[in-house]
Amino acid sequence: MTPLIALLALPLAGALMAVAVPHRGARIAGVVVVASAGALIMLVAQWGIPHAAPGGWGAPLGIMLEADGLALAFMAMVLAVMAGVCATAAPMRELPTPFWPLALLAWAALNAIFVSRDLFNLYVGLELLTLAAVALVATGGDKALAAALRYLIFALTGSILYLAGVVLVYSAHGVLDVSLLAATLPAPTDRVAMGLMTAGLLIKTALFPFHVWLPPAHAAAPAPASAMLSALVPKASFVILLRLWFEAMPDAADDRLLTALAVLGALAVGHGGIMALRQTRLKQIIAYSTVAQIGYLFLVFPLAGGDGAAQPWAAGAWTGAVFQALSHGLAKAAMFLCAGLWIIAVGSDRLEDLRGLARGLPMTAMAFALAAITLMGLPPSGGFTAKYLMMTTAFASGQVVWALVLAGGGLLAAAYLYRPMGALFAREIPAFTPVPRYLQAVPLVLALLAVGMGVLSDGLYAFLQLGRPGTAEEGL
Amino acid sequence: MTVYAVTGALLVALGLYGLIAARGLLRRVVAFNVVGSGVFLMFGALGWYEGHTDPVPQALIITGIVVALSASALAVGLVVAHARVSGGQVLEDDAP
Amino acid sequence: MTALLPVAILLSSLIPAGVTFFLAQDSHRLRNTLSLGGATVKLALIVVMLVAVGQGASYEARLNLAPGLYLLLRIDALSLLFMTLSAVLWLLTTVYAIAYFGTKAELSRFFGFFSLCVGATTGLAMAGSLITFFLFFELLTLSTWPLVVHKQDAKSLAAGRSYLTFALPGSAALLLAIVWLESATGPVLFTEPPDLSVMPDSHLRIIFALFIAGLGVKAALVPLHGWLPGAMAAPAPVSALLHAVAVVKAGAFGIVRLVYDVFGIASVQDLGLGTPLALLASVTILWGSVRALQQGEIKKRLAFSTVSQVSYIVLGAALAGPYAAIGGLAHLVHQGLMKITLFFCAGIFDERAGAKRIEDLNGLGARMPVTSVCFSLGALGMIGLPPMAGFVSKVYLGLGGLQAGAPWVLGVLAASTLLNAAYFLPLLYRLWFLPAADAATGDERAPLLVAPAAITALASLAVGVFAASALSPLGWATLIVTREYLP
Repeated sequence: MTPLIALLALPLAGALMAVAVPHRGARIAGVVVVASAGALIMLVAQWGIPHAAPGGWGAPLGIMLEADGLALAFMAMVLAVMAGVCATAAPMRELPTPFWPLALLAWAALNAIFVSRDLFNLYVGLELLTLAAVALVATGGDKALAAALRYLIFALTGSILYLAGVVLVYSAHGVLDVSLLAATLPAPTDRVAMGLMTAGLLIKTALFPFHVWLPPAHAAAPAPASAMLSALVPKASFVILLRLWFEAMPDAADDRLLTALAVLGALAVGHGGIMALRQTRLKQIIAYSTVAQIGYLFLVFPLAGGDGAAQPWAAGAWTGAVFQALSHGLAKAAMFLCAGLWIIAVGSDRLEDLRGLARGLPMTAMAFALAAITLMGLPPSGGFTAKYLMMTTAFASGQVVWALVLAGGGLLAAAYLYRPMGALFAREIPAFTPVPRYLQAVPLVLALLAVGMGVLSDGLYAFLQLGRPGTAEEGL
Repeated sequence: MTVYAVTGALLVALGLYGLIAARGLLRRVVAFNVVGSGVFLMFGALGWYEGHTDPVPQALIITGIVVALSASALAVGLVVAHARVSGGQVLEDDAP
Repeated sequence: MTALLPVAILLSSLIPAGVTFFLAQDSHRLRNTLSLGGATVKLALIVVMLVAVGQGASYEARLNLAPGLYLLLRIDALSLLFMTLSAVLWLLTTVYAIAYFGTKAELSRFFGFFSLCVGATTGLAMAGSLITFFLFFELLTLSTWPLVVHKQDAKSLAAGRSYLTFALPGSAALLLAIVWLESATGPVLFTEPPDLSVMPDSHLRIIFALFIAGLGVKAALVPLHGWLPGAMAAPAPVSALLHAVAVVKAGAFGIVRLVYDVFGIASVQDLGLGTPLALLASVTILWGSVRALQQGEIKKRLAFSTVSQVSYIVLGAALAGPYAAIGGLAHLVHQGLMKITLFFCAGIFDERAGAKRIEDLNGLGARMPVTSVCFSLGALGMIGLPPMAGFVSKVYLGLGGLQAGAPWVLGVLAASTLLNAAYFLPLLYRLWFLPAADAATGDERAPLLVAPAAITALASLAVGVFAASALSPLGWATLIVTREYLP
């Protein structure tokens, strides 16, 4: 079994085993984490683009799996987040038993999406992810059911739109493999097909104005599940969008369409930020922050797509967006895990109940602060590298307005993250249940990884260029 | 074959309308299945060329039906659980 | 070796910072050893570097982040000047802080961020490119916030909030300016001035304004100074550090870099930006002094005095002429020494005699003679009494104004001197000539608090008396100006 196949098979097998032996879920997940880490290290060490064709069938009939720099980087981020989620969830007795198989299933689906090169296979992966994610929300208990149902309705609408697009693509081109599609001649239905698929994926990525399902769902789920939902799940559909617009059909890009995507992104940054300012519960603040942070990702389309794809700065903007997705994943997971530990400590995530908690749980407060630095895009952090790369492109390509969005979004993030920080560092000495130090260390490690991405971004930047689409080799 | 394709498209439109406009959760699940059937019908119709059929869409349709079925099962399960808790089959803030 | 030394200097504060965070609250000895050890090692390394640079060595360290984005530490005479100042004052402030806090709570957090803050200042001094400068500038913002809110009472939290409200938009402006400039010119290194002709003049003017807005927040240029008086809520060692070397000075240092090494003094004049900046600095000098006059709290009065005094440095940079440049750079050091003395003393008055307002100073001269002498030396220096350090700065700035064809600068300096005297002399009068209140207490049996103040007070006297020596800050500033800015 090659390491690439192992990365898909391990979480899937783990999910099945966790169904069979429910009370051993945490231990099984631990084994999957360790084994996946081994497989991933083997792949990264090759510093290449490993391929696999399961069953010996290649494209177009079979399904090609390919782990380029983008896929490996995302799989590594998912692994880090899952390791953190498993470590904090393991001692939580109140988690319902379905949590473990569902978490492992979602992980398998994420990895499948990152390495898949077939539009229909991506659909299957997306559905698998959606079902696991909705069920994870529902593990939040009775009060989470409505949020889960709303999420499901949105997600199913998104899936079906995406599928309709896939049907149109197949009827026009007769192939569904991303690389083969890139080599075909454009067809008149491409625009419609891309529109349908993009609309479906926007709903799943929760881009403004399709975000209404996200905050209630992410806030209602148990904290370890929220960490996965906010940090990982929207990234899968975003990766598919990148594959579509930059690899499969870069020619279908139309400047007005790309600008429209970025405008929605900018609105998401503003709306998410303002809504986050108005929340009184920490998990709601973090969830709305996800809405805002997702908005940044969509600035990549006018910056690096369409006519700009051949420009020397396209590489920078594309890589910047990927940096943003990765560092947001790590930082957001750290935040939700902090929230989970604080709920254990004081039984609530209302800001007034968290006052003074920095004294009791200093390591989590530090983790939250570091994660906040990443989300604000302050140096040195992965979020800063992302912002810098995208901002440089915005000025170089004369699209200054997107630079202003990036700068303003950072200030909004500072404003809404200041409130929890201010509460944590208040003078009160709260009564709280102690949390073991090793548990406090988990979000700190994730937050440090998000910051470390900025300090050591050189190697990651080079790695992401493996298999990167586009003609421009060098950034600015 | 265009008859099938057009019927498929009509089903998609009808189902999407139901998915967005209906308030009853069970109706929405049914509407989702109607859209799904429409898409599959279209897919099958578009995979037919003068005198021969392309097997790939058929394989994909079967996979798609399995996926849609699992999604419906989860949806129905959630609707039932929600109905037990809230006593209705409408999401609160959708209620008039 | 040439790459190691700057990195080692940086690590001499970052490592103690990192370790201190994880120390238990009551391991006072280990924490103090770490802080003092880090400060001493840093000073020793800087001395090694000073000697080596004197023999012609050059230092450079580089860390790649992404194409066009890298950290560059490079030593030049200006960085050495700022670095030496910060290292010396840090060591003294650490001694003072250890004595000041004793065994109070939350000290691991405090000294952790304290070390981080000085690490950021050192990095700022050594930064060889704009983006490196920005990085440490931000690190400074973030590491000073926990120091400002250290007491965690409502007043400190409000001060911290106001600090961030000014600082974060400032840094956004700075980042926009940097990215805008670099998207046209490529990465800007301080040693190689960028080719500005690729951009239209109007864009350059906007970029310059953004730079000044970003740096001006930290340098407390009017009207961006609103956060500084509130930040007085912080403990005395923090105020001392903030006003003398760290935050305010970082802003002023940034403006000096901007004018000389990014735009170049010729471009600044050609674009017609020098005079507006000089006017802004003059307004700040006068406004700060007027506001200081109105303050009844000692620390508030000192804070507004900082607003005023730091702009001398900006004024020196804005006026095109070697004398003004020398005066401004020398004042970077002079103001640091004098102001830290004043804050050390204010902290001692507060701590040992409970004197917070100027009325409380009445008659303290007899009870706390050493502290009062130090305070008086600092105040007289600020006024510019010969042969104190402040006098030297003002003479050079005045000459610079004449040389640059801006004689109005003399008027600003004269008015500022009168105002300085007006808000400092009453304090001295109260200290020495007014009788103490009946219930007044106060002593200075805290050698570790008084010694740093005495050292900086003597130093601020010495740099004025021995200004003619090549090793004095003035001599150093002259060297920098002749070597770098007058080809």
